[in-house]
This record gives sequence, structure tokens and C-alpha cells, in this order.
Amino acid sequence: MAKELWEGNAAIAEAAIRAGLEAFFGYPITPQTEILEHLSHRLPELGRVFLQAESEIASINMVYGAACAGARVMTSSSSPGISLMQEGFSYIACSEVPAVIINVMRGGPGLGNVAPSQGDYFQAVKMAGHGDFHPIVLAPGNIQEAIDLTVLAFDLADKYRTLAMIAADGSLGQMMEPAEMPPLRPVRPPEERAAWALTGAKGRKPNIITSLYLVEEELEKVNLRLQAKLREIAANEVRWKEYSTEDADLLMVAFGTVGRVCQTVVREARAKGLKAGLLRPITLWPFPSARIAELAGRVRGILVVEMNAGQMLEDVRLAVEGRRPVHFYGRMGGIIPLPDEILPQLEELDAATRS
Amino acid sequence: MAVEMIADMELVFKYPESLTPRVTHYCPGCTHGVIHRLIAEVIDELGVRERTIGVAPVGCAVLAYDYFNMDFCEAAHGRAPAMATGIKRVSPDKVVFTYQGDGDLAAIGTSEIIHTANRGELITTIFVNNAIYGMTGGQMAPTTLPGQVTTSSPRGRDVETAGWPMKMAELIGMLSGAAYVTRQAVLDVPGIRRTKKAIKLAFQVQLAGLGFSMVEILSTCSTNWGVSPLEALDWAKQNMLPYYPLGDTKVVDEVRALMAKP
Amino acid sequence: MAAKGMVIIDENRCKGCGLCVSVCPVHILKLADGRFNIRGYRPVEVIDPEACTGCAMCATICPDVVFTVYRRKMRREPSTAEPVNAKSHTIRW
Ligand SMILES: Cc1ncc(C[n+]2csc(CCOP(=O)(O)OP(=O)(O)O)c2C)c(N)n1
Ligand code: SF4
Ligand code: SF4
Ligand code: SF4
Ligand SMILES: [Mg+2]
Repeated sequence: MAKELWEGNAAIAEAAIRAGLEAFFGYPITPQTEILEHLSHRLPELGRVFLQAESEIASINMVYGAACAGARVMTSSSSPGISLMQEGFSYIACSEVPAVIINVMRGGPGLGNVAPSQGDYFQAVKMAGHGDFHPIVLAPGNIQEAIDLTVLAFDLADKYRTLAMIAADGSLGQMMEPAEMPPLRPVRPPEERAAWALTGAKGRKPNIITSLYLVEEELEKVNLRLQAKLREIAANEVRWKEYSTEDADLLMVAFGTVGRVCQTVVREARAKGLKAGLLRPITLWPFPSARIAELAGRVRGILVVEMNAGQMLEDVRLAVEGRRPVHFYGRMGGIIPLPDEILPQLEELDAATRS
Repeated sequence: MAVEMIADMELVFKYPESLTPRVTHYCPGCTHGVIHRLIAEVIDELGVRERTIGVAPVGCAVLAYDYFNMDFCEAAHGRAPAMATGIKRVSPDKVVFTYQGDGDLAAIGTSEIIHTANRGELITTIFVNNAIYGMTGGQMAPTTLPGQVTTSSPRGRDVETAGWPMKMAELIGMLSGAAYVTRQAVLDVPGIRRTKKAIKLAFQVQLAGLGFSMVEILSTCSTNWGVSPLEALDWAKQNMLPYYPLGDTKVVDEVRALMAKP
Repeated sequence: MAAKGMVIIDENRCKGCGLCVSVCPVHILKLADGRFNIRGYRPVEVIDPEACTGCAMCATICPDVVFTVYRRKMRREPSTAEPVNAKSHTIRW
């Protein structure tokens, strides 16, 4: 299929349809409402389910219900709405049903603003809800990636019977770029829904989907199974991209839109004679810790750049284990750090790490 | 032998197929058990067990899925109607019902039940009103009566500060998407028989695609009311019936036609 | 005279709440004295099986589905066959 000009939000919505999305439940919130709007005409026209819910709490519980019934299902929202969904995420994770969540992050805390942000890294990666679990978190850096990762999110959610979240920042949702859509996959017919799904106990024992385990040992067993699954995901699904890391002295780590800005910084730094490289995590969970640790052994210092107060920074530091200095530069309030601000930070790191 | 012995006897009451053999965890005399059985009997009579999906609440009935012999899931507190919406929308050929307490439906889940009813979602809600939070040990519910003593209203519900008991059947009945809403009580044998009829009609309304249906059922909680199971039936009659009148609060014409059918 | 009705009591399901006792119109149900079922409750017993009418009021109010109820079939003509004398009883396991 040829490249077309796509706006990020519409691209994510259309990619979900191409991936076989059967039902969408959501509530409007800037800067992702175009996802809901796109689906509000596309899904009914394809005979699939679109429902504007009364809240994000309702949305996620509708998603939970539809997922229990074995349908390919998703919701989308932005930061405050995602906060409201967290109880549901936890139930979904414990029940081990597949669901896809799109979070087009905006400035926070509180009502914040509608400008792009990466302020929900902690929430997505470390505390998506109560109890021990992580969603798979995918961070696209451009619109083509947003499309591809949306499709991947459905496949991973299905494969591991888990939550998969796209964590994009608001600028990605709003920008336009040429990108290529995958072909339209057929929707899975209801007769082919998974054996565990609630499809009516005809000719089989009832299927029960619950997250309640009153006996301590039973709940521990469930947790051990969830942890084993998370380890399997961590072993198989870590994804990242590298730019000019082969000979780098200085490594930048940045994701999403900032990762893209840092690609420019790498070029500008190299033009000035600084051997800079960039690692852009694609999966925020599981995090590319092993690769960062490996690169940390080869560079003098690391600069983490984010649109928050330093969240992924903690995971980079955990990976580096104090073996190299890790500096941080971040902007908040919905401001995207520009190359002119980042380059001096890199120069400072360079100076600080020259012995 | 046993077969011969009952040769000219007619089986008039049997264990429903839609219940598992498990003995419930409910307190002795708790009418949650009666309501479970009525739902199971109705599902048996309608022959829909193999295509029914139930949604359990958070409340004393949280383990309902252990007792119903059909596909079931367990919702977050108050969210059963949203979950049921999700299920029904992607499985329109299934019979979907929620089973909810008064804390679940009338406090934390008020938004979900109102919007689900208002959308005319083709599900059935069985709403068990026992005027208290049973599971958490007897705190004040939105349905607790004025002056009723609970563990969180030790001097009795003060309507000045805690507001008035919520009349959910009336409230939901007002919504255009609701096709059939009624309030019944399982406090004596005739009431139980009427409640069963209402539950059956509510499921028939769903099967006929007429809209949202809900049966509010006045139920007991002897444990947290601090009375015996038998006294609880009387307590509810004396205290709940005057505030919560029994009867239909919504019957659309199509449902009336359904009622007229033999 | 054979009983008009018969109840079978699945006694280990019984929680001894007494609701059935209160509704039986012929007052033939009572909770066991000094005897407990597997769950530690005093189970319900039929004290006069002959008097059971098979009305199923007990089963209707019982929250724990303890009863199975049979009722003698109504005949238009008097039967020549000797009526079988089925009586209410308890099953225990
Ligand atoms: C989000 C959340 N808040 C609070 C609770 C604690 N909780 C469990 S059951 C319950 C009240 C249930 O009362 P009701 O719905 O009336 O059911 P009943 O037990 O009386 O049948 C509460 C407050 C919870 N499980 N989840
Ligand atoms: S606490 Fe109340 S509602 Fe809960 S099982 Fe006991 S009697 Fe029933
Ligand atoms: S069937 Fe009727 S008469 Fe017989 S024990 Fe039960 S309530 Fe009493
Ligand atoms: S048979 Fe049922 S109603 Fe009678 S005492 Fe036992 S549990 Fe209670
Ligand atoms: Mg209650």
C-alpha cells in the first residue's frame, strides 16, 4: 500500500481497525479525541461496535467486559482519563484478558493542559493500577511507528492475554506525516473466540473470569503465574532503536517525540565533533535495560532527555548501576525540548566526563 | 425403589440446573440465596442457560459465579453494568445480566447503572436492596432508612447530613431506555412468587429486545441488622415497605403486550 | 391414607435458619433437637410426613435449596391401584 498523509490520532484509530478491532469504548479528551471521532464513523460503517461511554471508568469496564467475551477491543484517552481507568487496568491484568489502551499524554499533574507531555511514564510503567503487574508499554516516535505499534499492541495483548498500552505524547497525536497503513485484516468471527472467553457454557463447563482469590496461597499462585508471564514478555519483547551508537562516547536516551528531537541533536553534535549516539526505547515496559547497561560500558556518560521531571531517568540509572554519570534534561508543562537546549547539555556532559 | 415410590407423585420443586451444587457462603436465612434460586429457575424455564453470561458485583454476592452454573465474570465495585454493556455489545445473541447490591448499584455505581439503563442496553439487572453494606460489615448504604442505625451511622441515618434513601426503581424507571423496571420483595412466599414472575418478565424483555430491564428486590441482612432471619423478614416489612413501595415503575407498551401473552 | 405431598430434605445444605418452619401451613417442620449437620447447623426435620400437602412453601422460602417437593397427582377417577406410600424423608451424606 502506498504512503498517505496521516494525522497521528486518526492513524492510530485506522491502524486499530486494520488490526481487527471489533469494539471501541471511549470518552472524549484532548489531545486524542480524533481517535474516538475517527472510530465513531469507521466502526459502524464496518458493522463493528462503537460506543461513547459516560466516563473513562465506564469505558475501561466496557473494554473489560468485551475482552472477557473474547472480542478484540480497545479504548483511548489522555492522562486524567487514564488515571480514572487504573482500577480497571488492575482487574484486567489479574483476569488475564487482552485489551489495548491508547494514552496520548498531556501536561499534568491535575487538569494540567492539553500540550504534549511524557508525564505519565511512571504511571504507565510502574503503577498502572494496584497490585503487582505491568502493562506492555509501547512508545512510538513517529506516525509510521504509531501505526505499526498499534497493530503490534493487539497481537501482543492477544498472545500474552494482557494489557498493551500505546504511550504517545500529544504532539504525535496531532502531527501529520506520510505513512503506510497495513491491509485490513478480517475480524475474527465470534465462533473463533478463545476457549477461555465467556461465550455461553454450551457443551462445556462454565467459564469464570474473576480477579478474586480469597485464599492467600491461591492469590500467590496467581501472582507467581503473572510474574512468570511478565518475565517471558521481558525476555521476548524488548524493543528499541539506536542511532550512531557504534562509536559513541556520549549516549542519549530519549523516547517518543523527544527521541526524535534527539536524533537531530546527534547529527548536530557530530557536526561539532562530539561523538554522540542515541538509544530510543520503543518498549518502555519491558525496558531495554540490558542494552543500556551494555552501552554504558562503552560510553563516558549518558544524558536522559524527557518531557517530564525525570521519570525514565530512574530506569536508566537502574540499568547503569552507577557505572557512568547519568545527566538529565527535561521540560514540563507541555514544552518539547529543542535541539538548541539539549546540545549544551550534551556539551556539559562531555566536559564533565573528560578526565 | 425410589422411582417406584414416587410413581404417582409429581415433582413440583426441584434443584435448578442453572445452580451449581455448591452451598453458598451467605449467612443463614439470607435472602440473597432465594434470589439466586429464582434467577436460576427463570433461566432454566427460558432454556437460555447455555447462552447466558452473568456479571457478579462487589458485595456479599461477589462469589455469585461459584453458585450459578453458567459463564460468569466478576466486575469492579459498581461497574457491572458497564462490563455487561461491553459483553452484550460484542455478543448480542447472549443473555446478559448483572447482579448488584445497593452499595454497588446505588452508591459507587450510580453513574454506570443510570447510563446503561438510559442507553436501553439489552441487559437485565437484578438489584438487591438490603438497606445496608452487607459485605463490609453493616455500614450505611444509600438505601439505609432514615434513623436506621448502622456501624457508620451509630445514631441512626441523619437525613440532614446523609441525605435520603435512594429510590432506584423510581429513578431508573424515569429513563427512556428502560423498558421494564419493578420493585419486588422476597419477604414471604407470595412475594417470592411475584418476584420470580418479575425476574422472568425482565429476562423476556431482554430476549424480545425491548430495552433495559431491572428488578429491584427488597432483601434481608439479618446479620447486620442484628436480628434473627425470621425477624429480619418482619423488620423489612415494617421498615422498608413503607419507604420502598412495591410495584412496577416502568412498563412500556411492548412489555405490557408481553405481559398479556399467556 | 397416603400423604398428599412429600419433601426430600438435603440436610447438609440446611443452615437452620428456620424460615421454612415459619411458613409450613400444616406445621410439620421443626429444627432438629440436639443434632447437627455437617456444617454445624440444626437441620430441619419433618415431624409428620403424613400431613405434608406438597405445597412447596418451604422450598419457596428456603434460601439454600434444601427441599425437593413432590405432590400426589390428582386423578379424575378413583384408582383401583393401592396408592404407594411415599413419605417425606431426609437424605444424609
Ligand atoms: C472500589 C471499592 N471500594 C470499596 C470496596 C469495599 N466494599 C466491598 S463490598 C462493599 C459494599 C457492598 O454493599 P452492597 O452493594 O449493598 O452489597 P451487599 O453486601 O449488601 O449485598 C464495599 C464498600 C471495594 N471492594 N472496592
Ligand atoms: S452479611 Fe447480610 S447480605 Fe451478606 S450474606 Fe450475611 S445476611 Fe446476607
Ligand atoms: S411442602 Fe408444604 S406442607 Fe409439606 S413440608 Fe413443605 S411447607 Fe409443609
Ligand atoms: S431448610 Fe432452608 S429454610 Fe429451612 S431451616 Fe434449613 S436452610 Fe433454613
Ligand atoms: Mg446491600
